Amino acid sequence: MSTRVGVVVFPGTNCEHDVATALERAGAAASLVWHTEERLEGFDAVVLPGGFAHGDYLRPGAIARFSPVMGAVALFASGGGPVLGICNGFQVLTEVGLLPGALVKNRGLRFLCAPTRLRVASARSVLTGGVEPGAELQIPVNHFSGSYVCDGRTLAQLRDTDSVVLRYVENPNGSIDDIAGITNAQGNVVGLMPHPERASDHLLGSTDGLLLLRSMVAAAAGVRAA
Amino acid sequence: MSGPGSGELPSPREQPPRPELHRALGLTDQELERIVEILDREPNELELALYGVMWSEHCSYKSSRRHLRRLPTSGDRVLVGPGENAGVIDAGDGIAVAIRIESHNHPSAVEPRQGAATGVGGIIRDIFTMGARPLAVMDPLFFGPPDDARQRWLLEGVVSGISSYGNSVGVPTVGGELTFDPGYAGNPLVNVLCIGALPADRLVLARASGTGNLAVLLGATTGRDGIGGVSVLASAGFSGDAGGAKRPNVQVGDPFEEKRLIEACLALLDAGLVVGIQDLGGAGLACATSETAARGGVGMDVDVSAVPRREPDMAAWEVMTSESQERMLAIVTPEAWSAVEELCRRWEVQASVIGHVTGGATPCAVGGETARELSGRLRICDRGTVVGEVPAASLADGAPVYDRPMRAPADRALSRADDPTASEGCGDCGAELRAMLLDSSWVYRQYDHQLFLNTVVGPGGDAALLRLAGPGLPPSERGVAVTTDSSPRWCAIDPRAGVGLVLAESVANLACVGASPVAVVDCLNFGNPEHPEVMWQLSETVEGLVDACHAFGLPVIGGNVSLYNESTGADILPTPVLGVLGLVERLRRRPPPMALAADASVVLLGRRRAGDDVPHPLGGSRWAVECRGRRHGALPPLDHAAHARLASFVASLVAADIAGGGRGPEDAGDAGLLDGVHDVSGGGLAVALAEMAVSGGVGVRVAGVEGHRELFTELPSRIVVVTRTPGELCARADEAGVPAEIIGIAGGDRFVVEQLVDVPMAELSQAWTGSLVGRLAPA
Repeated sequence: MSTRVGVVVFPGTNCEHDVATALERAGAAASLVWHTEERLEGFDAVVLPGGFAHGDYLRPGAIARFSPVMGAVALFASGGGPVLGICNGFQVLTEVGLLPGALVKNRGLRFLCAPTRLRVASARSVLTGGVEPGAELQIPVNHFSGSYVCDGRTLAQLRDTDSVVLRYVENPNGSIDDIAGITNAQGNVVGLMPHPERASDHLLGSTDGLLLLRSMVAAAAGVRAA
Repeated sequence: MSGPGSGELPSPREQPPRPELHRALGLTDQELERIVEILDREPNELELALYGVMWSEHCSYKSSRRHLRRLPTSGDRVLVGPGENAGVIDAGDGIAVAIRIESHNHPSAVEPRQGAATGVGGIIRDIFTMGARPLAVMDPLFFGPPDDARQRWLLEGVVSGISSYGNSVGVPTVGGELTFDPGYAGNPLVNVLCIGALPADRLVLARASGTGNLAVLLGATTGRDGIGGVSVLASAGFSGDAGGAKRPNVQVGDPFEEKRLIEACLALLDAGLVVGIQDLGGAGLACATSETAARGGVGMDVDVSAVPRREPDMAAWEVMTSESQERMLAIVTPEAWSAVEELCRRWEVQASVIGHVTGGATPCAVGGETARELSGRLRICDRGTVVGEVPAASLADGAPVYDRPMRAPADRALSRADDPTASEGCGDCGAELRAMLLDSSWVYRQYDHQLFLNTVVGPGGDAALLRLAGPGLPPSERGVAVTTDSSPRWCAIDPRAGVGLVLAESVANLACVGASPVAVVDCLNFGNPEHPEVMWQLSETVEGLVDACHAFGLPVIGGNVSLYNESTGADILPTPVLGVLGLVERLRRRPPPMALAADASVVLLGRRRAGDDVPHPLGGSRWAVECRGRRHGALPPLDHAAHARLASFVASLVAADIAGGGRGPEDAGDAGLLDGVHDVSGGGLAVALAEMAVSGGVGVRVAGVEGHRELFTELPSRIVVVTRTPGELCARADEAGVPAEIIGIAGGDRFVVEQLVDVPMAELSQAWTGSLVGRLAPA
């Protein structure tokens, strides 16, 4: 049986179908999970995709953290299950406290949809476990609030624990330390601003995102086997 | 409310209108007489307000209708032509594609951010009204030169409105156009095109039917925003205060509401729970109720007190004419109502029964004749009392059709003779080329152009090329291509020939991504129709479009007319914007880029000279207008047959490439014939080559160009291709009857056109990158 991934859908989420398609390309079976769901049993991994959860009129992710599904996501993460937040999903993970820091408005105060080059900073996460540190990936970003910020102690801790997993080669949004993606202490919760699902097909110009998603699917299969 | 056809209700009892109220609502004395004739009595204030919005220029097309009738609208692939919320074509594989174009010019001139945002919201609703999932938006924009602070404010506002609404609602913006001309300084244009796709067997039409069926209002609450948007804003010009006093008429958008509305409506249609559905746009409930009733040949009772409000103390006429955004009207059987309610609750969409369908189709006398269609009465009730009652069709289709006076400009002959081709000499071609570069990435990087994983060629290319895929669609390898084009420079010189050249450019743009054109939509932006020269421009444009569509075998399946684009008495340049839809049979590989490739040959396809007398005409070119300030002269000729040959030759080469013969690591060793392709359009050969050089990061050396005239002419029917097998390419072109000449070799770090231009690539790239950004943020 293939690895089962739940893709969480808040009202206003819009990348759910794209993420499901890319996960299937990466070998997983993806199902959409409505935000009122309170249980995530039966899934080997969970993804919070991009979009504008609940409209994001207050602050990205600030309302979504209260959706019923988030309790189940926290429980799933504490059990060691792989949890991935992409873009708006990353914002939600910081709001709910599963990852440290916050995402604020881009330098320049404009929305940015553009290709970016990323460097893999650490393989110590479910998302980057299958990729060599130092490898360069081409994956697009698509956000208004994608500038990662945190206090000095958190930054030191992220560095000390090898928790920065992806960095921009050319920083597009003003993120501190060029951070594009981070993980938690256990390496099973990962958030990143770039959209790996948008780099999952030769027809779209890059398949580098598939390398990351395949890593996560493999890690999820490993957790299930264990 | 009582049942259909009930005669016990009291007759309309609202106050009789104040004398001359009709003029304040934009109706003429003759139009009032016509209303009295239809009703056989004086209308009350509510009824007058309904006619005021529905008979406005924006809703009724009363000045343009008789001209638009001439357009060809049928074709093998056409499933739905003009007159519905969107045109629909059969794309094959059981998939239908819906397309529509609209303007949101006047609201954007007053409040650029909300004006543009609600333009996006409105066009998206038109598409999912047809049962189609909206898949892509394109935005042609026209402003005055950005060196002026007000123009920068307009541009920033419009782009942020499109960006914030489109990105959040979840529809990618995959292209558009950006035009600067002093003619738009007082009245910018914001056009918006949307396409969507649906399983061909799920097509829905906006009709009410079934006496006793419920009229259900879905989505946002109703407030005073946007009252009179169509009649007050879009049907009159701007006076000196640049629209400040009209700001309260602009609607405010809520993309999150719209996102939920899209999902809920598509789910309702999927489940077969609605009989008909219609969006609420211009003229709000007045339009949605009367149009669905008129199309279905039925009547409708509406209870305004059942309409959820966001403001207290709204009068019936305010509820009926409000243009509050993100609302839909669905016609639902009483049996389906509980299922509809439940599904809407899941998507957090408010649903309220506000009326029901009535029968009693009665002939309605309009202007002494019996209206073409029978329809019932639109009856408005407020807390049990009838407050207004009119024949539904008299609102939807009963507006007078005007044959407004037309007059060709008196100085046409003089203006034609004032041609820059002979009189303007060669200058610093390199500097003139750099001045014409325009990198619009500052705009399109603010738009999500990749959502749905369909965007194979996005903004910045000749045409957008998308996979034809989406949730709920049957699997298909097909692709769909879309381009929007316009040229006010050409159309100002000669609207008839100008619009023909615009359609030719669209056809060439589609060819560059391998697509064959199948349908056209048009957005006709003009000045004040009460000016005879403006009506002449409109009529000539339609004639030109009719001719060009016949020549290329294309139907017009939808459109929009925006008049009264004027400021302080000055009309805008005639600006027909065309959206053209093309199809690709098999999309497996990326098409050749709009770029040069090192060491490859640069080949110019198509004839290089218009004739011996004036081989390289410059009238209406960007070079003449922007570099030399010359707006008159004669346009280059267009040979439709030669153009079609060229376009189908290039389209077939690219199509073969993307069908599987081409590039990408998955198919090494089977390279296509082309390494790059770009059509020659605004700015001529110079700008086409420069854009390809900058995009590829590769220089070029071109020889044999006959002076600045050949470098900058916008003679149509030319496409630049880049190839490593020039011999084979030229032989194939020869077989197809398409002229082909090798004009240069790509490579090196200089951009050279011998005798004319020699610029280091670094300088050219810098000029490109700074072309818009530099002007937006003056030092």
